[in-house]
Amino acid sequence: MTSHDEGAGDLSAPSRVPGAPTRRDEWLRRRRRRSTVIALTSTVLTFGILFVVVTNSSGWPKVKEIFFNAERFKEDFPELLGYLWIDVKLFLQCAPLILVWGMVIALCRNTRNPVLFPLRVFAAVYTDFFRGVPVILTIYLVGFGIPKLGLLEGEFHFLGFGGSWTSPYLWGPIALVLSYSAYVAEVFRAGIESVHESQRAGARSLGLSQRQTLRHVVLPQAVRRVIPPLMNDFLSLQKDVALLSILGIIEVFRRASSIKDLTGNFTPIVAAAVIFLILTIPETRLVDWYTARQRARTGGSVVA
Amino acid sequence: MNAKLSVRDVEKSFGKKLDRKVVLDHVSLDVGEHEVVCLIGASGSGKSTLLRCINLLEPIDDGAILLDGVDISEPGLDPDPIRRRIGMVFQSYNLFPHMSVLHNITLGPTKVLKHDTASARSAAIELLDRFSLADKADAYPDQLSGGQQQRVAIVRALAMKPELMLLDEVTAALDPVLVGEVLNVIRDMRAEGMTMVLATHEMGFAREISDTVCFLKDGVILESGPPAQLFTDPARAETREFLERVIASGRL
Repeated sequence: MTSHDEGAGDLSAPSRVPGAPTRRDEWLRRRRRRSTVIALTSTVLTFGILFVVVTNSSGWPKVKEIFFNAERFKEDFPELLGYLWIDVKLFLQCAPLILVWGMVIALCRNTRNPVLFPLRVFAAVYTDFFRGVPVILTIYLVGFGIPKLGLLEGEFHFLGFGGSWTSPYLWGPIALVLSYSAYVAEVFRAGIESVHESQRAGARSLGLSQRQTLRHVVLPQAVRRVIPPLMNDFLSLQKDVALLSILGIIEVFRRASSIKDLTGNFTPIVAAAVIFLILTIPETRLVDWYTARQRARTGGSVVA
Repeated sequence: MNAKLSVRDVEKSFGKKLDRKVVLDHVSLDVGEHEVVCLIGASGSGKSTLLRCINLLEPIDDGAILLDGVDISEPGLDPDPIRRRIGMVFQSYNLFPHMSVLHNITLGPTKVLKHDTASARSAAIELLDRFSLADKADAYPDQLSGGQQQRVAIVRALAMKPELMLLDEVTAALDPVLVGEVLNVIRDMRAEGMTMVLATHEMGFAREISDTVCFLKDGVILESGPPAQLFTDPARAETREFLERVIASGRL
């Protein structure tokens, strides 16, 4: 204790009990409480106004009857839930193949060896093509076109799905894999390029070969970095599985639209939307949890 | 030929024909076994580029670099077996942030030298212990101070048992307190007889540790000699001017 401390007066906290909140803590707490109140009020106001405007509109009773029919929902929701597994299964079959094939394409684009130049060209053309063509067209072309060629006959068995070589359960997922791996390849490539050159220099200076550098130093960092954007693509894959219904695969959306056709009521479509949300929201939370854990583990401070 | 490392008439420039910038202009340098050579000079004088060329991270345009009398700058030569013999430490550490300290150090020995994991780990822990970093073995680079990170980077290079160490302004990113701990490690290496080439801005340290000091300006080694002579009685006006500026900025 110096005389300077005593003279500081109002500016410094007077000798306080250890552990008791400082003036700064008090201020932070006040500010937090204030933001919470503001956030709450604005949320309640926004949704309140929306609710009043929508429910008082002239068409609301009709919309409610057609889209938000409680009886229909109670009846259709459990039935649609029974088709959920088809969507999940198609997703689980596509996702690993997309990761592998996307990585292969990304690595092809990153090759520097002149012998492998054709691979680079192939990868560039591939990503341009499949990112440029709407997914639904790819599904049409692959799903209807290839089986029509009549090149393949008989049966196949693969990852729990088996059947005819012309089955939509084979060519539908293949179409999704072709299309999505083009996007995923670009995400991987961006990740690979984001790893600073000094990391390569560090690895090469230890005598690691180009391959070892890629395998042990560049790729692990690249992949970790692109997990959030990758999850984005996979969320959209989970939803686009519904597009396979055009090939005749009966899953949640397909079933919902046939119920709609039978009853003339759109509630099953809303129920299908709810099912997709049930599927996708936990997936997003999972990524958030993963990123937070990763950051906590390797340290480094986070800018507020 | 008894020089461990011999740099002969090396030329290096960056950029295309028109805006070509010469960074190394007929540089020649001999480093004997157990010798410590310091490269001094202003930023952009070519110190770092010279070190990167020796480690084959940058190809040279002309001249030759000899290690134990063998030309390692021959185009088309596989650089990996040569880099194995040369340790390099960078200004910004270049540790691998996704690996623990221990993993950073054992990566080279296990993947390049094909040592088994157990012996690589015990050798790494021994080295960490020697540089009082044993308690940091399981930490990740981002959890360490700059000085600790740089010491880990030095240990990582040492774990490869290099015949020659290249240190590229290894203290330039550190505050004065942390500089000391890193310099101690370098003193230690010198005591063990490590052959070293350092680029540094720490003139006092260069004077203390080196057998030979080279002053670079615009890609040319203008003057080289024992530190006692170069620092007290430089032959060239440019050297004198550089040292005066360093003294004026309080770094000597």
